[in-house]
Parts: sequence; structure tokens; C-alpha cells
Amino acid sequence: MLARQLDLDLDAFEGPFDLLLTLVLREELAPADVDIAAIVLAFVERLAERDRLDLEACGEFLVLVSALLELKARELFPDEEVDLSELAPEEAAEELARRLEEYRRIKEAALWLSERLAAESDRYFRLGPSPLAPRPEVRFLPQQPEALAAALRGLAAEPPQVSLGHMALRFPPVSLFLERFRALLRRRRRFDFDGEVEGLSRIEQASAFLALLELRKGNEVQIEQSQPFGRIRVARVEREETAWTSARSA
Amino acid sequence: MDERPLRLVVPSPVDRLARTLEALLVVASQPLSAEDLAVAADDDLDRIETALATLFETYREGRSGIVLEHVAGGYAFRAAREEAEACARLFERPAERGLSQAAMETLAVIAYLGPCTRPDVARIRGVAVDGVVAGLVERGLIAEAGREPGVGGAVRYRVTPLFERIFGLESLSELPRLDDLGGEPEQIRARLHAVAEQRGA
Repeated sequence: MLARQLDLDLDAFEGPFDLLLTLVLREELAPADVDIAAIVLAFVERLAERDRLDLEACGEFLVLVSALLELKARELFPDEEVDLSELAPEEAAEELARRLEEYRRIKEAALWLSERLAAESDRYFRLGPSPLAPRPEVRFLPQQPEALAAALRGLAAEPPQVSLGHMALRFPPVSLFLERFRALLRRRRRFDFDGEVEGLSRIEQASAFLALLELRKGNEVQIEQSQPFGRIRVARVEREETAWTSARSA
Repeated sequence: MDERPLRLVVPSPVDRLARTLEALLVVASQPLSAEDLAVAADDDLDRIETALATLFETYREGRSGIVLEHVAGGYAFRAAREEAEACARLFERPAERGLSQAAMETLAVIAYLGPCTRPDVARIRGVAVDGVVAGLVERGLIAEAGREPGVGGAVRYRVTPLFERIFGLESLSELPRLDDLGGEPEQIRARLHAVAEQRGA
């Protein structure tokens, strides 16, 4: 498909696109009379009839229609300048003189400005953004300096000493309870563990229990507990030697 | 016993006002109009003019390193011309440095005919002026001033107060009349007519 062969059916023209362009270029058809939107529409419709996009045709059409658009724009928005070639020689000379004079004046004005700039080149002044813009006023509620002072005083006070007590748990030595239980067992054959540790702290009770296990390990005591969580009864183990001595003494 | 000498000279209120104006002018980075000064000093216009007159006497060339001037429609301090050399060692002047002939002509068109559009300038100069106009905007010598009427009208430009300040103009009315410029228009006209007659013959 060639863009040039696009068939057009416009109000002002009927035929292929390239003929339209020729007529416009020969000035046999005024570009102002050509409906360019209709040409674009016709092309797009033709394009839509095909499966594949013909890039070459699109490119060609774009160039041609742009040229036409430029011609039309020039005619619709004519430069206010008169085309000198259309004027009689005297008129053209007058028009040219008018333009040259206008330009010459501006050139002179530019020269005057250049001279002025050179003469004023020793002017130095402050340049910067305007400080004149009013700043928005920020209003605060009435403040009480005493309250602020009190708050600051609180912050300035020495902070309380942090207790590190929990970081150094002191376990009473197991040996303490070992000695205590042995002494007890020298006086009595048996004792009630719960009764002995009653009133002690959990840590002390745990330490006491470890001492009890230690005694059991050394086979110094027998331990009885009738039921889980029941009272623990501790009895001295009679050593043979001891038993023999006591038997003899009896 | 109080040893201080008796003060015989009491500063007049105008001196007091002059000091206020000094302060306002020294903090301003652009010329302040008499009206601006009156509002900021909270005083009336007549007294502002009187106070300004005393300041003009204090801050003038040859007497002070700071000079008060009436420029760009307002009042502003600048450095004394004698001190330009020292100032030049401290500051560059980018706004007017290296202005081309094209830039000067464009500036002239906009100063005389502005607000005007780029096509207006191009019509007179006969060449496209987009780059030149953009450069002048960047230098702060011209600024946008609305658009031509109608949808999509071209942007109009005018010269800025900075332009007046750099060129030392109180206002644009200080520019020479365009009719007084241009040299010998009749001579050009006569030469062109001579050419036309030859061709027409």
C-alpha cells in the first residue's frame, strides 16, 4: 500500500493523494480548502483494513501529511509581512525600506544599550532573592515558664540507683546444710525434712534438698516419702560399726 | 553629681526615620519604592521623601563607599563607582557577562516593544530567536509576561527590574526615543527607490 495512492473523497477534491499534493503545490487548490483531518481519517481506515501495520506506508504518509499541514498553516496564519515579490517595484522598495528602518532602529538601540552597559559596568549592587515576602507569623499559646522549669528540674535530678540485687542470687552453701543435718542425725535417728526447712527461702530449701541428696549418695541416710509431694522423712543409716558398738554398749 | 554634658542637639524625627530607611535599604536585595519604604517604616510618604533626600546627601559618590540611587522604579544602595575594582575582585557579574550582538538586539526589541512574543522579535530581526530569548530569561534580564490573546497564544516577554538596574535606568522611559535612533532613513529610502526604478524600467 502506498500512501501516495490513497484514494480521497473530500469536499474540495476527489482522487489520489499525490494528485492532491501536486495541485496544492501548483497552487491550483488552496490548502485552506483541504480537510486534513479527513485525509488522516481515510488513511487510518485503510490501515485498519489490513492485518499488518505497514510501517513504510505510515512513514511516507506522515511526511506527506506534515508537508501539507505546514502549507495549510502558512496560508491560514499568514505572516503579516507582505510578500515582496507580489508588490510593484516601488511598493516593494517602500516595504523593504520600512523593514530595514525598523531593524536599523533596533540595531541602534542595541548599540545604545551596549554603550550604556559598558558605561555602567562599574555598578555593583546586592543581588538575591527578595526578603520582602511576609513570613507567616507563628503564634504560641501563653506559656508558663515555671512549668517548663519544673519539667527541666525533674530531668536534671540525679536518677535513682538501679538495683542490681537480682543479678547476684546468693545460694547458701550446700555444706552448711550437710553439717546441719549431720549434727541433727547425731542427736536423733530420724527427722522430718519439711519440718526442718520450714520458714526458709526457696533458694535455701533447694540448697537443703541438694544437701539431703548428697547425704543419700554417701549412704548416710534413708529417705522415705509416702506419696508424691508428701512429707519427706529422713532416717539415719546405722553403720555396722556403730551398730556393733551400740550393741556392745547395750 | 552627674558629669554628663547637657545634650543640646536632639535628633529630629526625620533623622530617626532616615536611620530606619537606611536599615531597610541595607537589608533589601532589590530596589524599594517610596511606597514600600512608607509601609515598612510605618510613616507617611512626604516624610519618607524628606528622609531620602538626607540619605542621598550622605550616600553619594565621593563621600561614601555606599551610594544611594533611584533605579528600576525604587531606591537601592550600590557600591560607589570608585570601589568597582575591589568589587570586581570579589564578584562575578554573570547577568550581563558576554551578551552577544543577537542578545543585545533581542533585548532592545523587548525593552522598546515589550511585552512582545518571540515571533515579534524574529519578524524584526529576521532570524529565529528561541535560543537567545531562553538565554536572556536564564540571565534574569527578561521574564514572561502573559500570553497573546486567544487559545494557545504565544508567550509575551518584558524586561525585568534587574535589566533596569544593570543598565542603570530609573525606568524604561529613560531609553532614548526609537524615532531618534536609526541614522539616515531618508538616505536608505532614496537608494532603494533608485534600485526600484531601475528594475521597473
